Amino acid sequence: MRLRFPFTLPPFRFDRATRRLWKDLFMSVAALVCVAIALMPLVSILFEAGARGLQSIQPGLFLFDTRDGGIGNSIQGTLILVALSSGVALPVGILTGVYLAEFGKGRVGTGVRFFVDVMTQIPSIVVGIFAYSLILTLAFSGLVGTRLVFSTVTGVIALATIMIPFVARTSEEALRLVPISTREAALALGIPRHRTILRVVLPSSASGLITGALLGVARVAGETAPLLVTALGSLYGFSGLDQPIESLPHTIYTFGLSPSTAENQAAWGASLVLVLIMLTISIVSRVIVRLRSVSE
Amino acid sequence: MHRFRFVRGRYRGFEPGALGDTLFQGLASLVALGVVALLGVIAAVLLVVASRSVGIFGVGFLGGATWDSVANVYGAAPFIYGTLVTSALALLFGVPISLGVAIFLSELAPAKIRIPLTYVVELLAAVPSVVYGLWGIYVLAPAMAASIEPAIQGVLGFLPIFQGATRGADKFAAGVILAIMIIPTISSVSREALRAVPQSQREAALSLGATRWETTRIAVLRYAWAGIFGAIILGLGRAVGETMAVTMMIGNSNTITLSLFDPGQTIASLIANNFGEGGPVDLQKSALIELGLVLMLMSLVINVFARLMVARVIRRGEGMG
Repeated sequence: MRLRFPFTLPPFRFDRATRRLWKDLFMSVAALVCVAIALMPLVSILFEAGARGLQSIQPGLFLFDTRDGGIGNSIQGTLILVALSSGVALPVGILTGVYLAEFGKGRVGTGVRFFVDVMTQIPSIVVGIFAYSLILTLAFSGLVGTRLVFSTVTGVIALATIMIPFVARTSEEALRLVPISTREAALALGIPRHRTILRVVLPSSASGLITGALLGVARVAGETAPLLVTALGSLYGFSGLDQPIESLPHTIYTFGLSPSTAENQAAWGASLVLVLIMLTISIVSRVIVRLRSVSE
Repeated sequence: MHRFRFVRGRYRGFEPGALGDTLFQGLASLVALGVVALLGVIAAVLLVVASRSVGIFGVGFLGGATWDSVANVYGAAPFIYGTLVTSALALLFGVPISLGVAIFLSELAPAKIRIPLTYVVELLAAVPSVVYGLWGIYVLAPAMAASIEPAIQGVLGFLPIFQGATRGADKFAAGVILAIMIIPTISSVSREALRAVPQSQREAALSLGATRWETTRIAVLRYAWAGIFGAIILGLGRAVGETMAVTMMIGNSNTITLSLFDPGQTIASLIANNFGEGGPVDLQKSALIELGLVLMLMSLVINVFARLMVARVIRRGEGMG
């Protein structure tokens, strides 16, 4: 069943049979129109970010901090936030994925999978105020200083909490793609199960795990809402884990709403950088998937 | 079927690496259960910080219509209203387009363009929310204010929901940007539901002389409706919790007005806007976090419901396919 191009128009008669053909053609065209409408914003966003962003791309944009209308500290901040939250979320997420794929059977496994799924859908701003409330509660108990409430650490807690369930599910799916026979072969050689998983199953699903990790990174690199209530933003570069930190999405938000036209312009430059990062991650993960399916 | 049972009972002690296995499985299980426990921790911590507001306002918080940081009186009604109205608009605009996309990708597109097109539609989900917001204020809002909203007012201006000045940053515009953002979610999950329909269903309808559209309507959509419904609810879940683009597009006014062309506020946008105000122990913070808890409950209920629907149809598809 496929749409044939060019369309062959039904005859201009209006008996019942031809009416059905016309209706068929109409609905096909309507579906095509839906695709066109759905893609219009994407085309427009890419075009506007390209056209407006390119005007502001110049060395100063990357060399200066947000204090001086640049995005140098924003890029630095996003790299730090993403690196730290990946450092926490990838091991935990992948291990949860291993549990789900290798051990999670029966009711407990189904339950864990269900709750992990549910966690991926918690609105990111709620995760942000969770990280804030967690540190606030700890600060009241005297365990940490109150300064930590709006800080890099709180931002990392929020981003890692968003990333963990996502990485867990993508890792689980990657691990499930490894054929049973691979595991059986390793086990038949007398290799213990944990070594089978660590040395055979995980390496053979490496491409899937990397794809999942990349998509997880993409997901948190574009997050603004949770950072707005945790890491806040800063006019300066990184100045300690217990201090607020700037990030690219946050810069886009503040510069976009700023009364200064120069900063509005820089917001588009920052958007172009962010969108290019997202496109690169998306294309790279796509290529990894393609390579894997070719090699098999 | 792909589970291995190690020798149990008296030979257990002779297994090579049995201790390592136990430790590794123990560690993985512990981490996984820890992740699930995190969900409980999230709810518990939010409840602790919100308890002050809960204690003062009680159930009346949900119905309260004022948000006044001077008088320290807080109510959730305008924001629950704003969230429901913008999400409903998002579904109204987003669902038909998403279904058209899903039908095109699953039933109509030639094999050659199906895969690249699917990928391009999913790229819509890769654009960060704040970039949608920026595009919204600089591209969509002017277009809304200058042509789209006046055009709607010209035709349907007599309706109470289309009154007032067309400013481009209002509930209607927020609904439109949300619709754009939920299209990739709804269309990709519905496409999966459509792909799960067994080929024999289509063949049966075609062999009876049905046209392609009739086949889609009778044999495919009717079969996959539970999955499509689940996809729509998942999209609703995303719309309810979406923050940045809405914050930038809704006009930020803590009022309940009937007209969609008036500014409003959602739960998420209020939190984003007001969280920086005041100290950490202010009553307003507690009230904002209580609102966050309300938002979390809304999205949990929506998502659990959606997952049950989707799981049902995918399972059935696998069983018969």
